[in-house]
Amino acid sequence: MPEVRIIDVSKSYGKITALSDISLEVHDGEYVCIVGPSGCGKTTLIKSIAGIVQPDRGEILIDGKSVSHLPIEDRGTGYVFQEIALFPHMNVYDNVSYGLMVRGESPEERKGTVTEMLDMLSIKENSRFYPAELSGGAMQKTAIARALASGSTLLLLDEPLGALDVKVRTVIRHELKRLVKELGLTAIHVTHDQEEAISIADRIVIMKAGRIVEVGPSDELYLNPSRIFTAKFLGEANFFVGIVEKHVGKTLNVKMGDTTLSVRKREKIDLEPNDTCVLAIRPEFVKMVHRDEGNRLNALKGKIVEASFLGDLMNYIVEALNGLRVQVKVQISEEEPDIRVGDDVTIVLPEEHLLIYRHPSEGLEKELALE
Amino acid sequence: MLRVLSLSKRFGAVRAVDDATFEVRDGEYLCILGSTGSGKTTLLRLIAGILRPDEGETYIDETLMNETPPEDRNVVYVPQTYALFPHMTVLENVMFGPVARRVPQKKAKEKAMSVLQLVRLDHRTDALPSELSGGMQQRVALARGLASGAKLLLLDEPLGALDARLRIELRGDLKRIAKDSGLTVIHVTHDQEEAMSIADRILILRKGRVQQHGTPFHVYRRPENLFVANFVGRTNFLEGIVDSRDREKTTVRLRQNMYIDVADTSHEREEYIIVAVREESTHLTRDDPGEGMNALDGEIIQLHFLGYSTRFEVKLKNGDRVSSLVSTDDPIGRVKMGDRVRVSFNPRNTLVYDYPTLGLRHELEVY
Amino acid sequence: MNAVADVMQKASIIMDDLSSKPAVRRLFYAGAVLFLTAFILLPPILGISLKLDLVSQVLDNEALMARAKEAIFWSFSIALTIALLDLVAGLPMAWYIARSGSQLVSVIDALIDIPFIIPTVALGFSTLLFWTSPSSPISVLGVPKLSPGLALILLLHFAFSFPVIVRVMVGELLSYKSVYETAARTLGAKPFTVARTVTLPILRPALIAAFLLAFARSLSETGATIIVAGAFENGPVFIKNAKDAGLEGPMVLVSFTLILASITVFALIRILGTRLKIPINMVYPRPEAILSSARSARTRDIVMFVVFFLFVFIPSVYITFPALGALSDGTLGRAIAGEGVWSEYWQAMSLSYVIGFTATLINVAAGLPIAILIARKRLGKTLTTLLDAAVNVPIVVPSVALGVSLGYFWRSFSFLPEFWIIVFAHTAITYTYFVQAMAAAIEGIPEEMEETARTLGSKPLNVFRRIIMPLAKYSMFSGAILTFTRSVDETGATTAVSNQLKTAPVLLVSWVKHTVPATTSDIALGISFLILTSFVSLLALRLLVYRRR
Repeated sequence: MPEVRIIDVSKSYGKITALSDISLEVHDGEYVCIVGPSGCGKTTLIKSIAGIVQPDRGEILIDGKSVSHLPIEDRGTGYVFQEIALFPHMNVYDNVSYGLMVRGESPEERKGTVTEMLDMLSIKENSRFYPAELSGGAMQKTAIARALASGSTLLLLDEPLGALDVKVRTVIRHELKRLVKELGLTAIHVTHDQEEAISIADRIVIMKAGRIVEVGPSDELYLNPSRIFTAKFLGEANFFVGIVEKHVGKTLNVKMGDTTLSVRKREKIDLEPNDTCVLAIRPEFVKMVHRDEGNRLNALKGKIVEASFLGDLMNYIVEALNGLRVQVKVQISEEEPDIRVGDDVTIVLPEEHLLIYRHPSEGLEKELALE
Repeated sequence: MLRVLSLSKRFGAVRAVDDATFEVRDGEYLCILGSTGSGKTTLLRLIAGILRPDEGETYIDETLMNETPPEDRNVVYVPQTYALFPHMTVLENVMFGPVARRVPQKKAKEKAMSVLQLVRLDHRTDALPSELSGGMQQRVALARGLASGAKLLLLDEPLGALDARLRIELRGDLKRIAKDSGLTVIHVTHDQEEAMSIADRILILRKGRVQQHGTPFHVYRRPENLFVANFVGRTNFLEGIVDSRDREKTTVRLRQNMYIDVADTSHEREEYIIVAVREESTHLTRDDPGEGMNALDGEIIQLHFLGYSTRFEVKLKNGDRVSSLVSTDDPIGRVKMGDRVRVSFNPRNTLVYDYPTLGLRHELEVY
Repeated sequence: MNAVADVMQKASIIMDDLSSKPAVRRLFYAGAVLFLTAFILLPPILGISLKLDLVSQVLDNEALMARAKEAIFWSFSIALTIALLDLVAGLPMAWYIARSGSQLVSVIDALIDIPFIIPTVALGFSTLLFWTSPSSPISVLGVPKLSPGLALILLLHFAFSFPVIVRVMVGELLSYKSVYETAARTLGAKPFTVARTVTLPILRPALIAAFLLAFARSLSETGATIIVAGAFENGPVFIKNAKDAGLEGPMVLVSFTLILASITVFALIRILGTRLKIPINMVYPRPEAILSSARSARTRDIVMFVVFFLFVFIPSVYITFPALGALSDGTLGRAIAGEGVWSEYWQAMSLSYVIGFTATLINVAAGLPIAILIARKRLGKTLTTLLDAAVNVPIVVPSVALGVSLGYFWRSFSFLPEFWIIVFAHTAITYTYFVQAMAAAIEGIPEEMEETARTLGSKPLNVFRRIIMPLAKYSMFSGAILTFTRSVDETGATTAVSNQLKTAPVLLVSWVKHTVPATTSDIALGISFLILTSFVSLLALRLLVYRRR
């Protein structure tokens, strides 16, 4: 239900800056994912909302009211911990009913809500089991049920699926989103797994080194990222450095060595001739074409140096004649892949998928660094 | 290089490893794929000699190893936590193996330094493990194994402790270092994408039993059972009964008398079967898909943007649900929730399995 | 020099290779278990059984029987009361140290240890002076004077069991994951409710352990109790009186009863303790919110500090006043010159030290393999639990009773000089300290590390030398220091066992009881020298701990 507003929040631990002037708005009923590499501050941010951590500066408003002076237990935020933290001395039923018990409700009063919650997450048959006897997935669901049953309308989730195997995660994450939407809650979900964020978030917040890099809906951030780090962190991307040669109507000519590529101009990115720039293109948008089409726009000739089978895709590394290494993903379903390592190929970088950026002042490597 | 014969290990009533038989060739990079609790760690520990099997034999270079203690097997085990010795520097950690094998100090140090160069950590030799990042610690663990002179390296979820993004970046490094050093590696993971992208061969484990053992291509295209078909890749499953069969194809009757053709001809009339089709082979279309192709009508009930593709969940006219992976570029991807579409797939892209006695849900359980 | 290094190198290679063979390892551990059985477990049980026939002396004597029964009854009652009182008083203090984050914590933390580290003889005398001496501030304030007896015993036991509870609980609270508390708070629970419904239930095993330790300490303590008991008799006091009067029968009866009863009580509490359920199903929001308020917390803290200083700290260190007096009134001179009562003193001190070192060395050598067996559960789950329980026997049983039994056992080997009898008695009594410390340290080293080291080509002995030892060495030193201090401090068993030789504590007790004519100054100074040793040990312990951090 509630909307959350974070205004200029900062937090430092000694010399380490965990959060630096963070401002963010989460709308009523929205499912927001905060992603970023380890140490980017995402956990510190939701801990600040919950009151587990006190920011040094800034304000946090839930439904328009400032919560900065309220202790954890009075903020009304449900929290799911990364380490799950089920009470080891209570069974599933007691864990889930804890929030209601603490509010003073009698066992009879609690029964209705708790049973409903257990049903919704399909863990009713585990009611009498203790955490030590449960599987990872069951523990995860119990932790979620516990937060939901406390009646909170704002759900804060810290790597809630981190303890689970990849395959199990892909199943449970959709159940989680569905439940949150069904109950009309607002959720802020922290994860380091960008695939997870892309697949369930209404909006994604990208963080790095204590700052927000970019915010937006998943498809926008994936297809049209405004920042280089977003292009790198969400999905995979090829990056090239080039120099702007000239404007040609709605496109720019960019020179890389002895190759010239035609790139569409982008809003808010003003580049003049002789500016250094960075080009990015996702591997799945690079096209492998027939040798005869070598004269197409943005075509490069090269050789396959690596090829791996990924099931529904083939992943190739092409070394172009001008020295560039390009990663290419090609969907295959019926045919046997007939392109092998050592083959000569022609690839095309379609201008509508090439993203152009200013060259970052601290250097490209630093901008792309994950650790 | 390694041959495992009918290996079994029980912990109380639980069969952690159940009659496992397979071999690993010299220089091969094998990935053992399975969920938590599938027995993969136990299997590694049996091969390393840390655990004794209840039954079965382990052969390394054709020599029976059952009575040989771990220190004499020349097989290095790297656990998920890396187990770096916290009181020793990076250099001392890496030198540990050679020194323990009584290699003279000077030679041990040379070997350690050359290996550290290989993993690009030769500038941090004096650091303590606690001062290093997760990715660096992993490389030290690897270097330590390389320097010991062992020919077989057992890696237990080597990338498990790292961020999703870092994992993708570092897995290539792992394979490259192993190949450059001429080692045989068994790399255990629960991430099938990871296994598919770097393994020479994959071995799939479920509840201690080997499900399939082959190249990524082989495992993906010819999964031997429903579990493998579900665990690796994204797959649709349709329940049906064999209606008729000729030399080239079989016609299957789905719920509510919808019919499809499959290329398999090994099942008899009236047999209950499961038809499996990969989500990327399940296409969405508005028009007639063409001669010989299967076409089923339905309605879009869910869509998930996945980045390089979007997954559409379709409810067919007969109530069955299928999903289709559509690349972001594909114009058909503009369909919306509630739209009517046609789902089509080639009979040659289907796999047929016997209907499982314990039911479909049980067979598809990933843990 | 090179030749020596060469030989050592060759020897270590041979031993390393031997350690690889399972048969050799089994022999090694078997030897340690044999030592445990022959030196630690059997002597107490056999010793007393040898003399059970003496009990018949007492059974007919009604007066003696009544006295014996009363003594036993009082021992257990006092122990129970003290354990409960200390739990109630110690918990808030432990919470404060572990959770408050205040600047005072490191100071309080150091002060807590003092009643624990001071030799019990010193504690006894200091308590006696503080509460009964006419010149002490208590008397000056007009509080009715106490005399030696039950009340004083209670005050004394409360003081020295307090640090035990606090230490155990602080350790638990620090290592316990506070995420459970945070989780409870995010679900809307106020701090007091969290403590009652989440923290305490989870900490229950630790609470039980702390309770048992306090109980054991109270039950076992002899030296200080003798000093403050006056005419009152609990078990240990009765045994000493019986010995002094030459009445073996009553001595054996009470010792035997104490040994049997304490083992039973401990077993019972352990079994029952894990089944007791604390009612957490109802919560009272309003009163619990009040109890959680800041003002309430402050009142709690103040009461806690007053209790600590008045009943624990000051009585323990009161002895410093007469001790300081002794420095200026000429006692120091006599002490150094060895005049009068001091003639025996320095001999007793050196005897205490030598016994301490010897007992410690034996325990380190013999206890290490057992610690490994327990920490790594090499014998399987059931046998390891049994082994762990067996190792705990010496601290569960009151040391004076243990001493009586050990004395009878070792004396049956008539060729053994009394020095060695005392050493073996001390070895048995301090064994547990070292084994527990080492087992805990080894448990803290993931077994994975050893396994990985072996796959890298290292033989088991080399793994021990290069991985376990460096990582556990601080705990090993701590364990050794604890063992040494406990031995130097040992009074009860030594009293029971020794006839001619006198260790420092035993001598000091005889000074206090005026069996030897010593002045208050003499006693205060004599005790102070003993305290000095303990302080040096405490300092060494603290330095080790800080270096580790």
